[in-house]
Amino acid sequence: MSEAVIETTDLRRNFGDVEAVRGVDLVVEPGEIYGFLGPNGAGKSTVVKMLTTLLKPSGGSARVLGLDVATQANQIRLRIGAALQDASLDQKQSGREILRVQGQLYGLTATEIDQRIDELRSVIEFDAIDRWVGTYSGGMERRLDLAASLIHNPDLLFLDEPTTGLDPTSRAEVWEEVRRLNADFGTTIFLTTQYLEEADELADRVGIINAGTIVGEGPPGDLKRTVGSDVIQVRLAEGSDRQGAYDAVVGLDTVDHVDQGPRGLLISVKNGASAVSPVAIALDGAGVSVTDLTLRTPTLDDVFLELTGDRIEVAA
Amino acid sequence: MTASTAATTAGDRNLVRARPSGFLRDLVTIAKRALRSIPREPETFVPALFIPTFFFIVNVGALQNLTEGFPGNEDFNYRAFQLPTAIIFAVTGISRAPGLVTDIQSGYFDRLLLSPARRLPLLLGLMVADFVLVVGLCIPVLALGFVFGVSFGTGLLGVIVFILIGALWGVAFTGFPYTIALKTANPGAVGASFILFFPFAFLTSSTVPLEQLSGWLRTVARYNPITYILESMRSLTGDTWEWVDLGQGLVAILVVASVSHGLALAALRGRLDRG
Repeated sequence: MSEAVIETTDLRRNFGDVEAVRGVDLVVEPGEIYGFLGPNGAGKSTVVKMLTTLLKPSGGSARVLGLDVATQANQIRLRIGAALQDASLDQKQSGREILRVQGQLYGLTATEIDQRIDELRSVIEFDAIDRWVGTYSGGMERRLDLAASLIHNPDLLFLDEPTTGLDPTSRAEVWEEVRRLNADFGTTIFLTTQYLEEADELADRVGIINAGTIVGEGPPGDLKRTVGSDVIQVRLAEGSDRQGAYDAVVGLDTVDHVDQGPRGLLISVKNGASAVSPVAIALDGAGVSVTDLTLRTPTLDDVFLELTGDRIEVAA
Repeated sequence: MTASTAATTAGDRNLVRARPSGFLRDLVTIAKRALRSIPREPETFVPALFIPTFFFIVNVGALQNLTEGFPGNEDFNYRAFQLPTAIIFAVTGISRAPGLVTDIQSGYFDRLLLSPARRLPLLLGLMVADFVLVVGLCIPVLALGFVFGVSFGTGLLGVIVFILIGALWGVAFTGFPYTIALKTANPGAVGASFILFFPFAFLTSSTVPLEQLSGWLRTVARYNPITYILESMRSLTGDTWEWVDLGQGLVAILVVASVSHGLALAALRGRLDRG
């Protein structure tokens, strides 16, 4: 196997007394889309800032493209691109001016910059390239930000919550572009997100971070299989005996695992179709009032719940 | 797609690759961007033209007859005396520091830091743009002086040196707003940095000659670098080159620049370390 594109060992970062990142071990292979999933404040952006050389680690080590983030930051910057949280663009410059500044700072000649702008036509809204960024929509800004990150053909692209705040159409466009970059150019992509669907759709592997530590890692399918083949979601009526409901189903043969949520139960089962009836009968037998009972396949949110006892809350 | 396929494809793609661009190119790139922004943000420099024009006209109207034509001082020209004050008012505190705050808040400054650009040009490039801006601000104020009949005995070269001293002072002072911008990233704090200018501007010979100031104010003015900058600029409206005055003015600029730019560089280093 070729050398890891990102490799961290016990990576730490403190802000005063607050431990934002508490010993992260990561390996990202060339050509991967690695999804870094976690709720707000989990430490995702802090890890990205350390890997992109914006922030010095308080402890541990990190190598990006084989280079040490602490001692070889300049060489790393030449080979990575990054679109950080919220499109970071100058509102009173045109798209073309921003791309030109970006290209010049990466040492590209005027001809090379023009060539790259032409190659990035599919990423940016080309008709608007000579308009001030202040006139762009959120989706257009994100795509220009992405283009600015790609102007120098980076080997590794960091996308920090690239679709947060975007409408579904713009989100789908960014996803398509991420897939294309990875498929057509082999760009390794490290993507942080708080959207489960995004990690599920895009990532070859997902690392789940919570409170500054990685609590789970693997391909989305494998992670979901750890929860069970299917999930029965039970919503209890107001004032129902939650513990009674838990006790009624936890011992059933068809049930693998039961989690108690704020409004009901999440029951992991091997075969959903055959487990629904016994679960419903058991709950009815225990005198529990159920308002909703749904059978579905597990999501990464179920994995997160399984690993942390909490759900990822996303402010849409 | 598998990892190995991806890596192969990455190696085969076109050859536009990043490389260090060099200190000078980084400086020019940042300065050009900052210069492009200036006409797009007229609110940052229009007040800088209005205030000195207002003070120049009002001060000349109020004090010209009181200060000119005294026995033994018949050659005193209050309009020529006031012109350097107007220039200092025009150029002091004018900088791209508010733009830097916007860049920090919007994340654009991080985008610049993500690039392989050297860190010093990220600040110096803004100061280059400031220099061009303050030269530009000197010209209309100077033109107003000409309209009021101010002349330069030192000729065209004297006019150029006059503008240069004003511009150098303007850039020397920019270190203070940049320090505040980098330390706080707060537009209100940067705006308030203009307050720093008040002791510089008024505890000096800005409205009347040094010898006319009362005791304590004269003592304070003797330690105020602006006093020497004003005297060096005023000397250029005379008939001869006053090298001592010019030298003292330049030393005063250097002293203020070393303090303010030293603070700004320390603030930049602090921001880079903090991340």
